[in-house]
Amino acid sequence: MFLAVDYRWNWAGVWKYRSQFAQGWLTTLGLSLAAMVVSVAAGFLLMLGGRARWMPVRLLCGGAVELVRGSPLLVQLLIGYYIIAEALHAGFPLVVGIAVLGAFHAAYLAEIFRGAVESIGASQLEAARAVGFDRAQTYRFVIVPQAMRRALPGTTGQLVSLLKDSSLLSVIGIEELVQKVKVMNAASYAPLEGYLPLAAAYLIVTLPLARLAHGLERRFAYET
Amino acid sequence: MKLEAKGLVKRYGAHAALDGASFSTGEHEARVIALLGPSGGGKSTLLRVLGCLLVPDEGRVCLDGRDLPHEEAGALLERRGNGFVFQGYNLFPHLTAFQNITLPLQEVHGMSAVQAGQRALELLHRLGLEGHEHKRPSQLSGGQQQRAAIARALAPRPRLLLLDEPTSALDPVMTGEVLDVIRELAEGGQSIVLATHEISFARKVADHVVFLAAGKALECSTAAAFFGQPQSQLARQYLEGLSRYR
Repeated sequence: MFLAVDYRWNWAGVWKYRSQFAQGWLTTLGLSLAAMVVSVAAGFLLMLGGRARWMPVRLLCGGAVELVRGSPLLVQLLIGYYIIAEALHAGFPLVVGIAVLGAFHAAYLAEIFRGAVESIGASQLEAARAVGFDRAQTYRFVIVPQAMRRALPGTTGQLVSLLKDSSLLSVIGIEELVQKVKVMNAASYAPLEGYLPLAAAYLIVTLPLARLAHGLERRFAYET
Repeated sequence: MKLEAKGLVKRYGAHAALDGASFSTGEHEARVIALLGPSGGGKSTLLRVLGCLLVPDEGRVCLDGRDLPHEEAGALLERRGNGFVFQGYNLFPHLTAFQNITLPLQEVHGMSAVQAGQRALELLHRLGLEGHEHKRPSQLSGGQQQRAAIARALAPRPRLLLLDEPTSALDPVMTGEVLDVIRELAEGGQSIVLATHEISFARKVADHVVFLAAGKALECSTAAAFFGQPQSQLARQYLEGLSRYR
């Protein structure tokens, strides 16, 4: 295919930018990891809030999930950075980026977690009550351990999406991997030599992540 | 135990699973009470009300002179003093037989890991589950699962053991294994309320019978009186129907 389009490779032109590339990659990894922690924690809280006894909490959490899932991440990033953070005088792009990216994926994770929790049968909840567990103990010892395995495949997919979505953070001036490659292209006119390593750099992380998740699924496997 | 129910009503939508059930064991000290009656008659619902797993919409239950609480905090305390065994075993599938027993002992009853472990092994061995302690429920047969579930219910030394058709999902051999265990417990002095269709077992082990149909307690008498001379037409038909092939 490359022969057919008569593409002239210029690897030397991009090799100069290798340390920039590495820096961008580390930024992408670091902020994605932080956003993953935020998204899992916030997603769990949103799921709990969605199941709260007090209706205002349920409405608030449910509304937040629908609002966030229903609008584009790009718009949320721009509003988050140029309006909300600006108004709060909290203009650190990295912090805002991690918060918005984390919150965006938290909304999806909350639904994945909800599905997993609601799949735990009524007989398990009754058994938990019968052995004398209170509500918190029922979540801790019965619901969460069983729901975790069911939520694992969906959660992995969501975290992989999060990693790829981190590329959008360039719009608020964060020099993550994609932004570095764009700069490199602008200087060297060698787009493929930039984008092919870029794809590889994502795959280096996402493929092991998927493997890790499969491993965990097997570890937690038991018949019900 | 002395057990009295007054006007119990429990509705699920338009259907009343308990429809004004009232009965009393009177002054008679009942050790093992059998709840008998056709399916859908309200046995399981009544058992859950007695075990404080369900709160009735109307009416009250008086057990040994005190009313069972209707508010959640009191009901939780009550449940912690009872043992409950379900038709479908309801063991926790992610835990081994051993952990199914030790987890509530440690987290609910404040036992140390060592104490809880000793108690779990003692019961698992007593109920014939030696060598199966560290298997998950899916690796056990139905009879073994039900015996593990009985061990879990017995572990905190409950005042009252409630069993909801504990052998309905088991084949005849496993049914025998589980009924043997229940008979031994009854003979050992454990207070038991048991919903069952095993009338020959109830006849041997129960000292009191409550006969339920369509959400009402049609009869409440000693086992000898009930099996000797059932009062209601429905109870006679029920007993005849069940004894026809056994």
